[in-house]
Amino acid sequence: MEGANVKTTYDIKELPRIGVYVCHCGLNIGRTVDCEKVAESVSSENGVAISKHIGYACSEPGQQQIKTDIKEHNLNRIVMASCSPRLHEATFRQVLKESGLNPFILEMANLREQCSWVHINEPEEATKKALDLVRMAISRARLLEPLQEETLSLTKRTLVIGGGVAGIQAALDLADNGFDVVLVEKRPSIGGGMAQLDKTFPTMDCSI
Amino acid sequence: MTDVGRHPGIKLLTMSEVTDVKGYVGNFDVSILKRARYVNEKECTACGECSKVCPVIRPDEFNLGLSSRRAIYSPFPQAVPSAYVINIGECLGHNPVVCAKCVEVCDKGCINFRMSDEEIQEKVGSIIVATGMDVYDPTELDEYGYTRFENVLTSLEFERLINAGGPTSGELIRPTDRKRPSSIGFIQCVGSRSARKGSQYCSNVCCMNTVKSTLMIKEHYPDIDIKVFYIDIRAFGKGFEDLYKRSRRLGVQYVRGLPGTVEQDENRSLRVAVENTSKGGLDIYNLDMLVLAVGMKPSLSTQRLQEMLGLQLTPDGFFLEAHPKLQPVDAATRGIFFAGCAESPKDIKESVTQASAAAARAIRLMHKGEITTDPITSEVNQELCKSCGKCAEVCPYNAITVEVKKKVPAVVNTAACAGCGTCAAECPFDAITMNHFTDQQILSQVETLLEDNPQEKILAFACNWCSYAGADYAGVSRLQYPPNVRLIRTMCSGRVDEKFIWDGFTKGAPVILVSGCHIGDCHYINANHWTEKRVEKVHRKMTKLGLRPERLQLEWISAAEGIRFQETMKRMEELRKTVTAEEIAHTIKTLKSQKK
Repeated sequence: MEGANVKTTYDIKELPRIGVYVCHCGLNIGRTVDCEKVAESVSSENGVAISKHIGYACSEPGQQQIKTDIKEHNLNRIVMASCSPRLHEATFRQVLKESGLNPFILEMANLREQCSWVHINEPEEATKKALDLVRMAISRARLLEPLQEETLSLTKRTLVIGGGVAGIQAALDLADNGFDVVLVEKRPSIGGGMAQLDKTFPTMDCSI
Repeated sequence: MTDVGRHPGIKLLTMSEVTDVKGYVGNFDVSILKRARYVNEKECTACGECSKVCPVIRPDEFNLGLSSRRAIYSPFPQAVPSAYVINIGECLGHNPVVCAKCVEVCDKGCINFRMSDEEIQEKVGSIIVATGMDVYDPTELDEYGYTRFENVLTSLEFERLINAGGPTSGELIRPTDRKRPSSIGFIQCVGSRSARKGSQYCSNVCCMNTVKSTLMIKEHYPDIDIKVFYIDIRAFGKGFEDLYKRSRRLGVQYVRGLPGTVEQDENRSLRVAVENTSKGGLDIYNLDMLVLAVGMKPSLSTQRLQEMLGLQLTPDGFFLEAHPKLQPVDAATRGIFFAGCAESPKDIKESVTQASAAAARAIRLMHKGEITTDPITSEVNQELCKSCGKCAEVCPYNAITVEVKKKVPAVVNTAACAGCGTCAAECPFDAITMNHFTDQQILSQVETLLEDNPQEKILAFACNWCSYAGADYAGVSRLQYPPNVRLIRTMCSGRVDEKFIWDGFTKGAPVILVSGCHIGDCHYINANHWTEKRVEKVHRKMTKLGLRPERLQLEWISAAEGIRFQETMKRMEELRKTVTAEEIAHTIKTLKSQKK
């Protein structure tokens, strides 16, 4: 079939020097996955310059450690084997930025939400899976390329949909801060459900 | 409320609905339909002369039908804007020969029957969704007799009945005989915390609303006997416990248990049978009036808005936030925020807190006056492009221009491209590179994953917004599933190229899963339609080649469906067990000979 058995070519300008960090996340990952073993096993993978296990990668000392390593070992790709990228991708991208690296040469292996937490009673299998996930992340990291963010102009105006107590408060806060607001309400008056209430808890005063 | 009306920074559009939103964070184009009010909003002084002469009498919605209003009316005394409004469906005066009494008495000449609906276009940088909730309709809970007995009211009706601005000026009376009741019962959790009827979730405010009502009754009429039927009293907020204790001190009796039946006697009082679960046994109470503490349900407009803005919902039907703890007011779509009950049932204080938070998040986004775009966009290799136009056809954002007839190669408008990668997956000539999710990058993951013991592994593709988030949610909920699953994240399931699947099977994958957002919930408008078509196409080819098509599965899993993710993984493992080594070897051979 088209594309089947495509040979993956490693086409990069600069030889990869990957830093791999396997995070324990306290006991969240460390209790189930043998982080030390994972870090050690991938240290000989093609392109890996250093591979470490680390207590809390997202903590200040954790981030500092990564920054120091980037300088010392001249790292140009980072693999974070920790929690979901949906949680801390932004954190680690910032670490790269602060170290003078492009934030898009980071890859994450999700060892917490998608490994240790869902295979709590199978530490061996979880460690095997973690190893695969980290190796997959390393393969991908080798091929990552720097990307440039673009800056665009923005309209300093907010649409607030709904004129109940929440919409009113949001509109006033924005407008008082100098941001224009378009407040759209379906009914002939703002006020929403709140306007129908007389006394409201806990202060027992009028709602309007 | 009045501050909103006179704030120079707020453009208030009432009787209006958002009909369409285009664009992206920083620059949304919004279409709004503003319905005609038939009264000049700026000129009307709310003198009320028009209403006095209007011959049409209708139930007043604001008082839930407990009083009446005219066809030209003010929604309520403190309304903002304070202008009157005509319900044109009820008004006779469309034809001035028939009525037009209001026009005659309006000195300022505010009433204009020729006013028409307006279409308004607005440009904004961010959106706050504060569409609120609807109140549960207890009609289906027939055992409480809401539709059968006039002295059974909802908590909101009761609210209007004791409101100083309500139909009785705050005088507490029974609907049937207009006399003060000597006893009142409150039934909690009506439409909430029930697996049977209504919703399973707690509506958050009904306990305290009832406590408040009992205090108000006791303040004015200490002699009225009050019973509250409850499952648990949830007085969790600051100062709430004090109010609850005060209510008990004032003699309100809290009976643990929800009534099984309600019957009416000859005085139209109510006979309530309840299993008292704290002392055991059946209690019978005769009460003059019964109030149903009705819960909240998602607003009717939620679904339409969800589709328009590409947002996600929880299984309960409220809007889903980007992260339950760390981004509780952000939508997963950048530039959109939630405030109030649109996100979940909550009280006024919490709504106000969340609204201020949403405003602060919007300001944080906008204050610099510029925005950095995500560079995860696609790019066309002009030399490989054959100008077939397929990419432009599948792009949900019309971000690609290509001139098929003139053979001008495709160009991607990166500002409009949202990065779903469907174009790259559909391009028959591999002329499109999806940055950060290139063919090579994804194929290298597939290769590594299937390097050793491929027959034991489950290869699963998951879209970032729904299925990958659903897998995370399974993790947060500690839902256990087979450990041989390996997920590959793409931004959208539309990115999953046919060749990724063939490559997986060629490298010995026993089963492959493609997962994405439910149809209609796609984060990239409708890119997952192409996922579906593509999987169907691969299924047909598999059948033709004599491969079992069910080895490729397609599943829609939302960000809130951790359980569905878990179950899908279990099913995939069952399926994997049915694939033998011979079958895999045969597949590899078949696909390799095809390649030649």
